[in-house]
Amino acid sequence: MKMKLTTMAVAAVMAASPVMADLVFPSLSYRTGPYAAGGIPFADGYADYFNLLNARDGGIGGVMTSVPECETGYNTEKGVECYESTKGEGALVYQPLSTGITYQLIPKATADGIPIHSMGYGRTSAANGDVFSNVFNYPANYWNGASGAIKYLMEQGDISGKKIALVYHNSAYGKEPIRTLEELSKKHGFELTLLPVDHPGQEQKSQWLQIRREKPDNVIMYGWGVMNQVAVQEAANIRYPMENFIGIWWSGSENDVLPAGDKADGYKALTFHGVGDDFPVFADIQKYVVEAGNAAGAGDQIGTVLYNRGLYAAMLAAEAAKTAQEIHGTAEITAAMMRDGMEALVITEAKMAALGLPGFGPEFSVSCANHGGPGLVGMTQWDASAKTWSLINEFAPSDMDVIQPLIDEDSAAYAAENKIESSCN
Amino acid sequence: MFYREAGDFSETYPQDSQTFPIKFDRYRYYLVLAIAIFVIPFMINDYWLNAIFLPFLIYAIAAIGLNILVGYCGQVSLGTGGFMAVGAYACYKLMTSFPDVSMLIHVLISGLITAAVGVLFGLPSLRIKGFYLAVATLAAQFFLVWLFNRVSWFYNYSASGQISAPERTVFGVEVTGPNTEAWATYLFCLFFVILCAVIARNLTRGSFGRKWMAIRDMDIAAEIIGVNPLMAKLSAFAVSSFFIGISGALFFAIYLGAVEVGEVFGITKSFTVLFMIIIGGLGSIFGSFAGAAFLVILPVALKLVGVDWLGWPTDIVAHLQLVIVGALIIIFLIAEPHGLAQLWRVAKEKLRLWPFPH
Repeated sequence: MKMKLTTMAVAAVMAASPVMADLVFPSLSYRTGPYAAGGIPFADGYADYFNLLNARDGGIGGVMTSVPECETGYNTEKGVECYESTKGEGALVYQPLSTGITYQLIPKATADGIPIHSMGYGRTSAANGDVFSNVFNYPANYWNGASGAIKYLMEQGDISGKKIALVYHNSAYGKEPIRTLEELSKKHGFELTLLPVDHPGQEQKSQWLQIRREKPDNVIMYGWGVMNQVAVQEAANIRYPMENFIGIWWSGSENDVLPAGDKADGYKALTFHGVGDDFPVFADIQKYVVEAGNAAGAGDQIGTVLYNRGLYAAMLAAEAAKTAQEIHGTAEITAAMMRDGMEALVITEAKMAALGLPGFGPEFSVSCANHGGPGLVGMTQWDASAKTWSLINEFAPSDMDVIQPLIDEDSAAYAAENKIESSCN
Repeated sequence: MFYREAGDFSETYPQDSQTFPIKFDRYRYYLVLAIAIFVIPFMINDYWLNAIFLPFLIYAIAAIGLNILVGYCGQVSLGTGGFMAVGAYACYKLMTSFPDVSMLIHVLISGLITAAVGVLFGLPSLRIKGFYLAVATLAAQFFLVWLFNRVSWFYNYSASGQISAPERTVFGVEVTGPNTEAWATYLFCLFFVILCAVIARNLTRGSFGRKWMAIRDMDIAAEIIGVNPLMAKLSAFAVSSFFIGISGALFFAIYLGAVEVGEVFGITKSFTVLFMIIIGGLGSIFGSFAGAAFLVILPVALKLVGVDWLGWPTDIVAHLQLVIVGALIIIFLIAEPHGLAQLWRVAKEKLRLWPFPH
């Protein structure tokens, strides 16, 4: 087979080339497919931050970083192929940006000893580091988000007796908050309606007609990619009041609301980090990355919500790498050392300010038992005329009385099914 | 000169009716089997396994199954993804309900369950043909995906709706779960590929195959000469779904390990397998292998060449993959409608005469 020979020849050429001792942070990105609108800014932010560290600081601890990109298209099979092809290059941490791919990689990465950082997504019960030794989802997870939305609504008024609809992506990602919302609905007395939207989320007419008929007081959305834009447009079409429409942090970026124009004004979204480009780090990025011509992608996403999230993810990974270098006393860390660094990570306001991101996210520390961080969730709102997101509610803790038992239960079930022993002592 | 039947005399009836009558073919077949069984397991590593070999072996089984239905029996089916899902979920329920039974048995029983489901969804073929049957099987595809998403019994009431394969061993060696060795999973899948290919080859060579081909060529004429269309069409669906179910079970348990039905077994999966048999060649077992190899290796090769070698951005290479696969499908349908298998047949014909021109 000619194709196989070509592959082998190319592989032989690659094997012959010299291997540089870099700190490798593979980027499992998706710049194609229905979720590209979300994947592109995140991947740009992730790559730009490491480029900045290389250009301004000479890498992390003196060792240059490299961010090989591998296109997954939000597809599980390609995600597995990308993982297998990059893990041999000394990958330190994986951020698949896809709950589906994360579920896939959890057993594989744990067996291979490489940590996964599923920041604000992924398997929520991975917050229990006792069972999931190699998976981290700090600083907040989906159940914190669901609880955060309910808490925000409770601050607005009494929610017992109200109707809340959950429009969710019909995948593992979208189904994540259902358990928590059901528990919260029992606790606080609101009525929950579940409306699944099949991948890719282009067809939502029937769900929104149902909303128009039932007139729920609030709609919470767990969408991604093209589903978000269509949902906001459909909500505008049925003249649903946008202030009552709350999206999770993956449903709250510029590309989700710009297509609906002025009608999306007032749409709210949860967040676990700061918004806008009013941080000193952006001046550095402009100077060291953009003007040097190294901006990732088209360079037009700087300062958007998802770009900031990619930046934040890269910042957390870089800080964990620095922590790992300190703990183990060497600059050339391995994946196992990176895992230790992530488990010992402490983020303080002073650190964030020194990096040019003052007040960008919450202060937190990771421990062996808690890989999920503090779970502090804030609320942002879209202003269609100014075309900006602004933080309308400060980061507040979520209802851990409801969430912690669910985390324990789910992780215990996983441990029993896969015969995992307790790794924290 | 090498490839000839001159001087090769059959002395027994089995010799006369063997699958590869020409000695060169036979030795080539033994050589390929020898390399597959005795050489590759020692050379294989995780990347080659997960990027090339496992998808190739698993899609080859699915392609053989679909080729029997579409290529040999002429019943267009777009339900491959749904039937693979049946195989996967059947395997999952069996694995979790009977943890002590061997994986070999689970995969075979998943195939049988899928065969039963395939017969059920093949009943419309007795009344409708061609394009309309394609739509009926499309309904099967969407219905099965909806079923596995909706009825929580299928995924053991898990909150995420995903199914994941627990660790299982065959003869003491792990074949599912994260701690498997590359050679173990490879040999496990290879065993099923050889089994399925041998069964398929012999079925299509025998009376079943002739009945299927008679139905494909002109089903009314076939009915007149005594081919029972009910038995022929339903048996095609049954055998085809058996193979596709095995392929789905292996896809879930061995290759991916965790599966979300909407994303993995959607309509794109059905189209992928259909394109494999179209490019490989309808009505040919070799064509199923060729098509599967082509569509598995092409994206990986394009990625290696585009991203690693030429350094192009990843999204351009991903878009280029779609363009090239689409263009190749069109080129094949126009220039060589019988696919790679026809190119192979023509090459063999020329080789028989070589070095003479005619």
